[in-house]
Amino acid sequence: MSSDTAQYVNPVGQDLPRLEAREKITGRAEYSDDLSLPGMLHAAVQQSPYAHARIVSYDLSAALEVTGVVAIFTGDDIGYDYIGPFVHDETAIAKGKVRYIGEAVAAVAAVDQETARRAVALIDIEYEEFPAVLSIDEAMAEGAPLVHDNFDDLVRTYEADHAPNVMSLMQVEEGDVEAAWAGCDVVIEGEYETQAQCHTYMEPCSALADIDANGKFTVWSGNQSVFHLQANIAQSLDLPMSKVRCVTPRVGGAFGGKMEQTIQPIVVGLTRKAKRPVKLTLSREQDFEMIRSRHPSKVWMKTGAMKDGTIVARKVDIRLDAGAYGDDSPGVAGICALFCRGPYHIENVSVESRAVYTNKLRAGAFRGFGGPQVAIAGETQIDEIAGRIGMDPIDLRLKNAARPDEEWLGGLVLSKSAMRECLTQVRDASDWVKRRAAATEPLSNGKRRSIGIACLPHISGILTSGAIIRILEDGTAVLNTGAVDNGQGSDTVLVQMCAGALGIDVEQISLATPDTDSSPYNWGTTASRNTYMAGRAVVGAARSVVDQLKERAATMMECAPEDLEMRPGGFIGITGVPDAQVSYGDISGFSHWVAHGPVIGSDSLAFDGENFDPKRGFIKGFPFGRIGAWIFAAQAVEIEIDEATGKITPLEVWSAHDIGKAINPASVAGQVEGGVVQGIGFALYEEMVWDTGRLANPSLMDYKIAGTMDAPPNINTILIEEPDEFGPFGAKGIGEPPIVGIAPAIANALTHATGIRLKQLPMTPERVLNALQEKNEI
Amino acid sequence: MSEKIPLSLTVNGQTHQAFVRPTDTLLHVLRDEFHLTGTKRGCNQGICGACTVMVDGKIVRGCLSIATNCTNREITTIEGIEADGNLSPIQQAFLESGAAQCGFCTPGMVMAATALARTNDKLSDDQIREGLSGNLCRCSGYIKIVDAVRSVCGGDAV
Repeated sequence: MSSDTAQYVNPVGQDLPRLEAREKITGRAEYSDDLSLPGMLHAAVQQSPYAHARIVSYDLSAALEVTGVVAIFTGDDIGYDYIGPFVHDETAIAKGKVRYIGEAVAAVAAVDQETARRAVALIDIEYEEFPAVLSIDEAMAEGAPLVHDNFDDLVRTYEADHAPNVMSLMQVEEGDVEAAWAGCDVVIEGEYETQAQCHTYMEPCSALADIDANGKFTVWSGNQSVFHLQANIAQSLDLPMSKVRCVTPRVGGAFGGKMEQTIQPIVVGLTRKAKRPVKLTLSREQDFEMIRSRHPSKVWMKTGAMKDGTIVARKVDIRLDAGAYGDDSPGVAGICALFCRGPYHIENVSVESRAVYTNKLRAGAFRGFGGPQVAIAGETQIDEIAGRIGMDPIDLRLKNAARPDEEWLGGLVLSKSAMRECLTQVRDASDWVKRRAAATEPLSNGKRRSIGIACLPHISGILTSGAIIRILEDGTAVLNTGAVDNGQGSDTVLVQMCAGALGIDVEQISLATPDTDSSPYNWGTTASRNTYMAGRAVVGAARSVVDQLKERAATMMECAPEDLEMRPGGFIGITGVPDAQVSYGDISGFSHWVAHGPVIGSDSLAFDGENFDPKRGFIKGFPFGRIGAWIFAAQAVEIEIDEATGKITPLEVWSAHDIGKAINPASVAGQVEGGVVQGIGFALYEEMVWDTGRLANPSLMDYKIAGTMDAPPNINTILIEEPDEFGPFGAKGIGEPPIVGIAPAIANALTHATGIRLKQLPMTPERVLNALQEKNEI
Repeated sequence: MSEKIPLSLTVNGQTHQAFVRPTDTLLHVLRDEFHLTGTKRGCNQGICGACTVMVDGKIVRGCLSIATNCTNREITTIEGIEADGNLSPIQQAFLESGAAQCGFCTPGMVMAATALARTNDKLSDDQIREGLSGNLCRCSGYIKIVDAVRSVCGGDAV
C-alpha cells in the first residue's frame, strides 16, 4: 500500500470528483444505445392506436415478406404471465387487450433499423374498440368500463376496495377529525390538481439482449434495479430467473422512470425468437408515449387550526390517475397518505388515498413518489392559515414542526427530526423577514418580487440491500453492491464510504458494475435509499473485512485479534505498539497463499428502523412494510411575477436538508440543484397533455423542461448534519426531497405578492393571468 | 429507399468512410457508421443538444445536419476534444466542478462550452447561460455546468 498512516485523509465528507467523471466528459461512457454485438439485429415497435380495445387478430404476412426481417414478437408469443410490483396486471407486450394509445403491441427485429421500422408498420392488427375512461372521474363513475375486467383475479400484495377501476385504497385515522373541527378557529378547505410530469431523462430507453447456446439471456439496459428487471423479464416471459442475467451500462438519468421494466421484456422476447442479439432504442416520442409519468392527482384537503397557530385537524381525500397498469401506483398512493400530514404534529387526521385505473399511459415512480401531489395542498393550506390568523408562515410551521421522537401516522415513532433547524436556517440564510416584508411593494419595472416557503417529510430507509468486499492479493479491494448509479453519484459515495471504513484511498477500490450473476441484492435505486441502505451494507461488509484482516494479522504477528487495531492507510497493528503492524497487502498475500483463505466480507440487511404500531394508530392498505430513516427539508423560493404577462420567474432558492451526514457535499448539492430545477418545471410549465386519449405533446419541443435561461442562477444548499443513529457514517438520503417543496413555495410566494391562490399545477402564465383577472373583477 | 453512396468525412483529423443514404444525418453516420458514440441522440429533433458537434469550428446539431453536406469540412466531436491525451481546460473544469451527473448531455454540453471558450472573450454569467441555452440537462440544474464554464472563460459579472 502506498498510503501512510500519518498522511491518510478519510474520503468520507470530501468533495471528490465522480469516479466516472473522466469517461463522461470525454465521451467514453457507454450507455445502452452505444453498445453493439456481432450479428446484432435492430428492433422497432408498433404502438396501439386505441385507448381501449380488444386485439382480435394479427396479420404478420406482409411484415414477414420484407427482406431482412428475422423475428416478430406479439402477444401471441406469450401467455398471460402478469407482472407488477404491487398488482400483477401487465404483460411483456399487450396481450388480449390494449389499454392506452401508444402501448406496444408488436415488435420486429431486422438487420437494420430502417428495415425494422418499415416492416413493423406492415403488421396489420384488427381491433374491437371499447369505450375508454380517460379521467379519474370517468373511471370511478358507476357503470364505467373496466380497464381490467379481471381485476379481482389478479395477484395483489395489498387489500383493495371494489369501486370501479379503483386499484388500491389506503386509509389512515388518528384521533377524531370530525369532532375536532368544532375546536378550530380557522378551517381551510380546497381541491387541488396536479398534472402528469414526464421524467424526461436525457437518455431515451434502450436495451440490448443476447442469448447464449444454453438459452440464457444477457440484457444490457438503463434501469434502477438489475434485480427488479431480472424478475420482471423472467416472470413476464415465463423463464427461470437463472436464465436471465441483467447488467447495467451507464444510465442517462432515470428519476423513477426506469424503476420497473421499460422495453426489456420486448427485447428479450425478440431475442428468444431470433436467437441473435437484438437492440431496441426508443425515439423520444415513443419514450414519452410508452414508458411512464408522474401521477396526475386530485387532492381534496381540509385543515383546521386554533388562533394561536396550533394545527388541530386535517382530512384528506387523494385520487391518483394511475393510467392503464398498476406499476408503482399503490405504493405512491400509500406514500401520499403517509406524507399528507406534512412534517407536523397534528392530533386528528383522516386520510383516504386511492389509485385509479384509466386508459392512459401508466403512471409510476417519480422523484418525490407522491410527495409533490400532497405538498401543494398541504403546504399552501398552512400558508392560508398563517394569513388568516396573522402569523408568519415560518413561525406557524415552527410551532407545529415534528419534533425528535415525534409519533408519526400509524404509530411510527421518529428516531430524529431536524425539521426545526431546516426552517430556522432557511429563514436566516434567505433573510426571510426582510424579503417577505419587501414583497408587498411593486418594483419600478411594474413586476412584483416575493418569497414563499414550504416544508416536507421524506424517508430513506426501506427494504433490502447487500454488499460484498473482496481484498485483492495486493491489498486493494473490489466493492460489489448491485446498486445502480443513474447519475446521482451513488457509485462514488459508496466507494467513499468503503474506503473510509477500510482506512484506504478511493483509488484502491474497484467498483463492480451491477450484475445479477455476481452482485448481492439491492432492491433499487429508489426511495432516496442508496446512500442509506446500500451504504449500511457497505459499512457492514467493511466491518467484516476488518475483522478477517485482524484474524489473519493475529496469526502473522502471533497475538490475539483483540490486541489489534485498524490503522489508516491500510494497516493492522498491535494497539499501543506503533511499529508493530502489517499492511493489507501483506495480510492478503498471507491469506491467499499461506493460511485462512482470501478475505471476503459481506453484509446484507432489511430496513430495521421505525415500524408501524397497530395499537397506536390505524393504518390500512399501506403496501410497504417497514419504512423510515425520516428526512426533512424546508425550501424557500424568491420569484418575480409579471402581472402583465402572468409569467413567474424563480430568482433564488434556499433548500435546507436534514441529511445526517453529507458523504460528498458537492454531490449532495448537485442533487439539490437538479431536484429544485425539476421542481420548478413541475411548478411552472411541465405538463403532459392528452387529447381524447392521445398524448398531444410527446416531444421536447412541446413538453418544456428547464434550460439554462429558465433555471435560477442561485440555488443555496443548506445541509443540517445531525448524524443518523443507524446511517452509514450518520448519513441519510437526499435524492427526492429537493423536488417536493418547490411548487408550494412558489405558490405561496405568488399569493403573498398578488393575493391569488392557484390550486392547479402547473402555474402557467395563462392560469396566473386568469386568476389575476378574476381577482380584479371581484 | 434511396441508394447508398460512398461518403468520406474528416472527423477529428482522421478520414472515415462509409456507404450512406444521401439523407442520413451526421449524427447517424457518426454513431452508427463510424461508431463514434460519444455524440448522443437525445431527441433527434434538434432540441436537446446532446448531439452537438463542431463543423469547421462552429457548433451544429448532428441530428439536423445532413452528413453528405459535411464533406471537405473539419468535423470535431467529443472524442477530438482532448489534446495529446490531456483533458481540455473545459473538460478539466467540468471534472473539478462536478458538472457531469448522468453524463448523457455532457458531450454536447462540453462541445457548446468549448465553442464559447474558443471565442476568447470574458463572458458574464448571462452570456454563458445564453451560450449553453441550446443544451438541455435534466440532472444538474445547470449550476455546476455554469460554474465550470465560468472558471475557464468567466469575466467580471456584467
